[in-house]
Amino acid sequence: MGAKVVTITSGKGGVGKTTTTANVGVALAKDGQKVVLIDADIGLRNLDLVMGLEKYIVYDLVDVVEGRAKLRQAMIKHRQFPELYLIPAAQTRDKTAVSPADMIQLTDQLRGEFDYILIDSPAGIERGFRNAVAPADDVLIVTNPEVSAVRDADRIIGLLEANHKEPGQLIINRLKPEAVRRKEMLSPEEITDILGIKIIGIVPEDENVVPSSNTGVPVTLMEQSRAGQAFRDIARRLMGEKVPFMSLDDASGGLFKRISRLFGGG
Amino acid sequence: MHDHLVAIKGTKDGLLVQVSPTEEWNSVTADLAARIDQQLSFYAGARVTLDVGSRPVRKDELGSVKALLERRGLALWAVMSESKTTIDSAQAMDLRTSQPKSAVPIQSTDMPAPSSQEDGTPGMLVKRTLRSGRSVKSPGHVVIFGDVNAGAEVIAGGDVFVWGRLRGSVHAGANGDSGAVVCALDMTPTQLRIAGQIAISPVDKRHKPKPEMAVIRNNRIVVETWE
Repeated sequence: MGAKVVTITSGKGGVGKTTTTANVGVALAKDGQKVVLIDADIGLRNLDLVMGLEKYIVYDLVDVVEGRAKLRQAMIKHRQFPELYLIPAAQTRDKTAVSPADMIQLTDQLRGEFDYILIDSPAGIERGFRNAVAPADDVLIVTNPEVSAVRDADRIIGLLEANHKEPGQLIINRLKPEAVRRKEMLSPEEITDILGIKIIGIVPEDENVVPSSNTGVPVTLMEQSRAGQAFRDIARRLMGEKVPFMSLDDASGGLFKRISRLFGGG
Repeated sequence: MHDHLVAIKGTKDGLLVQVSPTEEWNSVTADLAARIDQQLSFYAGARVTLDVGSRPVRKDELGSVKALLERRGLALWAVMSESKTTIDSAQAMDLRTSQPKSAVPIQSTDMPAPSSQEDGTPGMLVKRTLRSGRSVKSPGHVVIFGDVNAGAEVIAGGDVFVWGRLRGSVHAGANGDSGAVVCALDMTPTQLRIAGQIAISPVDKRHKPKPEMAVIRNNRIVVETWE
């Protein structure tokens, strides 16, 4: 069977694709899975920073595709989890340096050795996006609880459907229960009403995320972080476990009840 | 000015282009190009059945029409003719062919449709939700069995029926038919156009979904309960 290729994409930029890729990847590795992360955002390389691996880069994805390096040489081993690897993007090239066929070929070479291959897609719907989703078995669509991000997610789902891919599963990132209650932010219910796809995770806004990205230690590793908990839950759901959605709203209770109804319990 | 040398009609299979059987070929193709260019955005993406009547058309002539259409984003799909030369040319280009008498049912003056079609008008059924970025265009009526999400658009020569929520943009009667209507089970379009009129949804926080129909009355688009 081999690895499952999971692409993390969004359409809109800045919604948390890279953060999600890093955190879900680390959470999977923490659970004993063999994981390789691929940064498909060629020219705007970021995943290595968030993973704290920038200084170890020797070869990148484009070097492999163009034959300057063997696949193994471009795979950076994580310091803490020896079965977690990163294939970084090239910083000095652009998306056209790689084709969808290259990505399929590359992932096919990795499938035998790993449990999960996570691909961090660039924003947009052009070549970089097509590269990232070409080999995907599963797609995770990251959105924020705001109209523009949801609109772009809708576009992405439409493109996946048009390419005969599954419509994917949704991650709602940076949800603020307070703001939802004040009706300043879309609720998970309103978002699923528009998009009509399954939610695999709701990540609350968490002030730990930015410093953790800056220091290269994904928030997943912080036991106390609520966002970290949400990413760990997503990883377990990816592995097929039934994990109840955590309460986002202990104080008033209202939102959580509605969310759990969306998933038929919880 | 002379009459048009070509007639463009909507059918359930796309566009039917009927050309004068006698007029010079170059004039015919020039007229066709001009007609399409007038409403390029409306015709773009359509597939075309070309009816040349009894006119014998050579392969290179047919090829030039095909290229003319493709440059404008249309596809030549089928050719109808009584001429064996034309049929042979079309088959050599891998196009569908048929003689008008046994052709796909089409509404037209010189070609009566089979009786079972008599009361029908050409339409298009889309059995899915249209997501953002999707565009559906048809010279006839359009029925969407699903939602039209914000960021999606439907452009129809005739009426538009949305068996679902309409949140995107719709243009009914896009050829100028101000009698066209738009119906939806939940009518909150981003923008609604009928013929030359444009309307937007009022801001209504207490919006309750109900079936509604938009029509033109006194040169304005009004939305009424759909009964």
